[in-house]
Amino acid sequence: MSLLSIADLSTHFRLPNGALRALDGVSLDLQAEETLGIVGESGCGKSTLGKTILRLVQPTSGSIRFAGEDVTTVPTRKLAQFRRRAQMVFQDPFASLNPRHTIRKILTDPLVVHGIGDKPERARRVEDIVQRVGLDAGALDRYPHEFSGGQRQRVGIARALILEPDLVICDEPVSALDLSIQAQTLNLLSRMKADLNLSYIFISHDLSVVRYFTDRVLVMYLGRVVESAPTRALWSAPRHPYTRALMDAVPDPARRRHAAPIKGDLPSPQDVPTGCRFHPRCPLATEICTRVEPTLDRLGDGHSAACHHA
Amino acid sequence: MNGPIVQPRVPAVPLLAVEDLRIGFGAHQPVSGVGFDVREGETLAIVGESGSGKSLTALSIMGLLPSSARIAPGSSIRFEGREISALSVKDARALRGGSIGMIFQEPMTCLNPVMTIGDQVAEALRQHQPLTRKAAKARAVELLDLVRIPDPHRRVADYPHQLSGGMRQRVMIAIAVACGPRLLIADEPTTALDVTIQAQVLDLIDRLRRELSMAVLLITHDLGVVAQWADRVVVMYAGRKVEQGEPDPLFARPLHPYTQGLLTASPRLDDNFHYSDGPLNEIPGSISSVAGQVGCAFAPRCAHACTACRETIPVLHHLTDGRQVACPVLITEEHRVAAFHR
Repeated sequence: MSLLSIADLSTHFRLPNGALRALDGVSLDLQAEETLGIVGESGCGKSTLGKTILRLVQPTSGSIRFAGEDVTTVPTRKLAQFRRRAQMVFQDPFASLNPRHTIRKILTDPLVVHGIGDKPERARRVEDIVQRVGLDAGALDRYPHEFSGGQRQRVGIARALILEPDLVICDEPVSALDLSIQAQTLNLLSRMKADLNLSYIFISHDLSVVRYFTDRVLVMYLGRVVESAPTRALWSAPRHPYTRALMDAVPDPARRRHAAPIKGDLPSPQDVPTGCRFHPRCPLATEICTRVEPTLDRLGDGHSAACHHA
Repeated sequence: MNGPIVQPRVPAVPLLAVEDLRIGFGAHQPVSGVGFDVREGETLAIVGESGSGKSLTALSIMGLLPSSARIAPGSSIRFEGREISALSVKDARALRGGSIGMIFQEPMTCLNPVMTIGDQVAEALRQHQPLTRKAAKARAVELLDLVRIPDPHRRVADYPHQLSGGMRQRVMIAIAVACGPRLLIADEPTTALDVTIQAQVLDLIDRLRRELSMAVLLITHDLGVVAQWADRVVVMYAGRKVEQGEPDPLFARPLHPYTQGLLTASPRLDDNFHYSDGPLNEIPGSISSVAGQVGCAFAPRCAHACTACRETIPVLHHLTDGRQVACPVLITEEHRVAAFHR
């Protein structure tokens, strides 16, 4: 049984000038102890997907099942039980930590909210997690502004892990960090995964990081999954033209090769093209692409793509 | 990519020559002794993390440092042989936006939200050239076309909020190149953009460099961008230049432990290395831990550091092919001998 199973999930926002279909019929399965990467550019719905899974945003339709239980419509009180097992690490460690709370309070609060342990037990857990994420015990009585970005992200990770969750959704966890700090943070996340048997949903726009850090990848474009494959298979044989364009666009010191960039701007998710959403920018587009939205078809070996020409 | 136009002969006077640049805020000196040249028509990249001093270096060339900053005596920034800091306010202003164009990371904060993009391009033109309103407007349409904004006759009347991030950066580029600059300073021009749009914008900047025969000073934190677009690279760390060279040899064989660390710390797109194979190579600590120490700023994070590194600041070694490195430990005999013969 999958740890997390999502079927046909949509999240639409109502705006004064029409609906914004941030997420439009996304399905996915996440196995226990698996890391699933979600990649895509602005407006592809990757962050909305993360928030919708945790019910920070209410889905418009579709279902979310966690450990066999439907959590799509559960009442708030039961939601707390689910969130204890599913936590989130945010992109900006400056914006997601309360500047007026000490690190001790930031880490103790989740235990209090979920009624875990008595005072000495909580203190023990807080000291344990701080040490696990590589901060010294002296950090506990300091405030977020006293730390560098990388150390703050360690606090953010400690806060997500203190409840001993099964699933952690990491939304661009290293994007705001300097290169030399990114490696430290990725190594920490991967050590924690092994120590605590975690599953990750790893949302990122950075393909090199996703390639290193994930077992399977979903590529999203304008609210839909366009390709899904085991990480190694995706890189050895990308099938969707958007995936290929994305890979070619990433500058990499290892290759001075220089692909011509794909044309056109990212359309607004409020004004989604007809047929295949990628067709106005696609080098392979034909007449059918302008009319018929392709379905995500299985190509074998866990590889699927939504393209008439894949 | 195509090489610079005015190569390989190195002109006697480089377009821009920065020597021993030191910028201080009170007792603090976030840029301490940086020097490099930008040659006509080339792309020179300055790469570094936050706190490296790369943006302050760019701001000082543009004369846009905050008023609390002091450029130390003895520092020199010469553009076409003229000392920039000696210019009058009027001359400095003529230089900025005239012979030196600039673009920044956030196009939205640089554009005026209540003025059409056409008027903003025309304003930049009329600041520097005696043009009528009508002629400036017509030229603005041509410039929007030059930076590949589709349907420029119609878009000229648009306001910045009606454009996407990539289109706004194109407008900024149109303004920057409006007066045919000799040098374009691009400070993290694509950091706020999506990868497919980043590729388009970098491609555009390089095309304009060739068509308008201008040089580009590219400030970035992205090693991949440097490798693909730069003719030469300066690597900065904690306010100093630690390494300089052409991208291919520099990335193939970094000679400073910091450059080496950065390259091995980043996951590579063309590399099959996976978390299940093992951890990434880490550079321990962070750049913030260097404040107030003597010796090499990188020593506390460096695996090769010895006692001498913690006591004296390493000198910049000049090697073959314009390679420079501020660390002796990774220089091989072949580099040294060749340098000596020159």
